[in-house]
Amino acid sequence: MRARCVRTWLAAALALLSSLAIADDFDYGLQPRQVAADTWVVFGKPENFSRSNGGDIANTAFIVTGAGVVVIDTGPSKRYGQQLRAAIGRITTEPVVAVYLTHHHPDHALGNQSFKDVPIRALAGTIDGLREQGADFNSNLYRMTGDWMRGTEPLLPQEAVTAGEVTIGRHTLQLLALKGHTAADLAILDRSTGTLFSGIVFNGRTPATPNATISDWLSSLQQLQALQPARIVPAVGPVGDTAMLAHDADYLRWLDGSLRQAAAQGVDMAEALRLPIPARFDDFALLREEYQRSVAHLYPAIERASLGVAE
Amino acid sequence: MQWSAVALVCALAVPAAFAGEAVPPDPLDSVQWPAMVHKFFRDQRVVFDDAVQVIVPPAAEDSMNVPVSARVHGLPDVQEIIAFIDFNPIPGVLSLRPLQALPYIGFRVRVQQSTPIRVAARTADGVWHVGGAWVDAAGGGCTLPSAVASRVRDEDIGKVAARRWPLADGGQRLKLRIAHPNDTGLISGTPAFFVEELHVRDAGGRELASLALHEPIAESPLLTLEFPVAGALAISGRDNSATLIEARVE
Ligand SMILES: [Zn+2]
Repeated sequence: MRARCVRTWLAAALALLSSLAIADDFDYGLQPRQVAADTWVVFGKPENFSRSNGGDIANTAFIVTGAGVVVIDTGPSKRYGQQLRAAIGRITTEPVVAVYLTHHHPDHALGNQSFKDVPIRALAGTIDGLREQGADFNSNLYRMTGDWMRGTEPLLPQEAVTAGEVTIGRHTLQLLALKGHTAADLAILDRSTGTLFSGIVFNGRTPATPNATISDWLSSLQQLQALQPARIVPAVGPVGDTAMLAHDADYLRWLDGSLRQAAAQGVDMAEALRLPIPARFDDFALLREEYQRSVAHLYPAIERASLGVAE
Repeated sequence: MQWSAVALVCALAVPAAFAGEAVPPDPLDSVQWPAMVHKFFRDQRVVFDDAVQVIVPPAAEDSMNVPVSARVHGLPDVQEIIAFIDFNPIPGVLSLRPLQALPYIGFRVRVQQSTPIRVAARTADGVWHVGGAWVDAAGGGCTLPSAVASRVRDEDIGKVAARRWPLADGGQRLKLRIAHPNDTGLISGTPAFFVEELHVRDAGGRELASLALHEPIAESPLLTLEFPVAGALAISGRDNSATLIEARVE
């Protein structure tokens, strides 16, 4: 017990020191990695928002099309957006010509201000979500990451998109209007490279459920599977193949099923925080922590249903 | 954080003292603890006791609906169980008199900021046994929920949904939910309006448990209680504007 506490304290002290060390310049250290022809990913950390990561917990990506750069997601802050543009400028001289948002969550959409000179495109539901929750997201991120957020405020996308195809330069992008992680999740399949970009796919990090509808999420994962992409750029974690879709679906089915079973057995919500989680999900970072958040997101409605309360 | 605080949390010290002579040092190291002792225990005896097991989430993902459950293990003759929240503007959450109930309760609260949530059980000898844990206000993950209150429709106020489950040893668990806005009165223009009193009786009318609830209880409170004996239950109560609450749980 004592040893564990000392370790915890040391970890906290180290975290504090490292946050002090990088707090001076607010440099996210963004390093685009090429994952396919013309296609680059800037990987976020599989962590929660903190003062040490500045909110950089989701992947962003860009495609150098030959007719300008298409950016997918803008990151957690104005600073991130600026640094992403600077990182793109180190790869190519082509200008950014369009931004697509996968969904309205703050780690994906609060860098918008730094792209206000180019069209920012998203599903209508994403624009609605950002209109309704953007201000709350923004103040929460200030609270959790501090000065990394300086000058950041939500900027709504100007262009609502629907499912369909768009060709920009050498690349034909298929836009898919999905839902489940949020009420509106845009997936983009680059037909030219077989690369799929999706905010509903989590690789090596526990899927997060604050705005989730699990049944929709599962059918969206099936739709992505049917596309047979050559590679997937997930919301967070390394680029991989369709195996991650099955693993996410396995977790979401387990989560939904075990919470429903617990409610049917009369388990109290606090007790549900401690349900055992199968070892096959041990590869997910933040497993217990994110599971406990999911109890907060999902259990109240499941429990009301178990008591026969009509929504 | 100070070394001394870490050491105290590590040691899980179980000091006992009369509040009158000395406030027992708080294993949760909350600056509000002396005020809590003054408010809830005065000159009664207080001990920190692992027999009072409190489950809370490490962080309040939804600060309007934080789940808490507490079970008192192995203490004889628990007369009263109270819950309070150190850093809430109104700390007192509830008081349960488990007349013929098991010393257990599950409930949901609102928290204002990072705070200990505590449950104390008073045994027949007058000693308060205290357990609890910190809840961090900061959520996180992919995003954070916005505190959108789902307003209860007027015609639903006071409606009870409840269900019984058998326990392995022949007793039963009761979960009940009362549709109610449970307004704290802390938001200007909205007077305090909350479920104040509940009683659970058996089919023969014998009172099994009595509950007094206070403002921090979440909207449309969901409560879990346990009883050593099976059988239909009757629930009665009222809110602070005298709306009556009545239900039978067959
Ligand atoms: Zn998300």
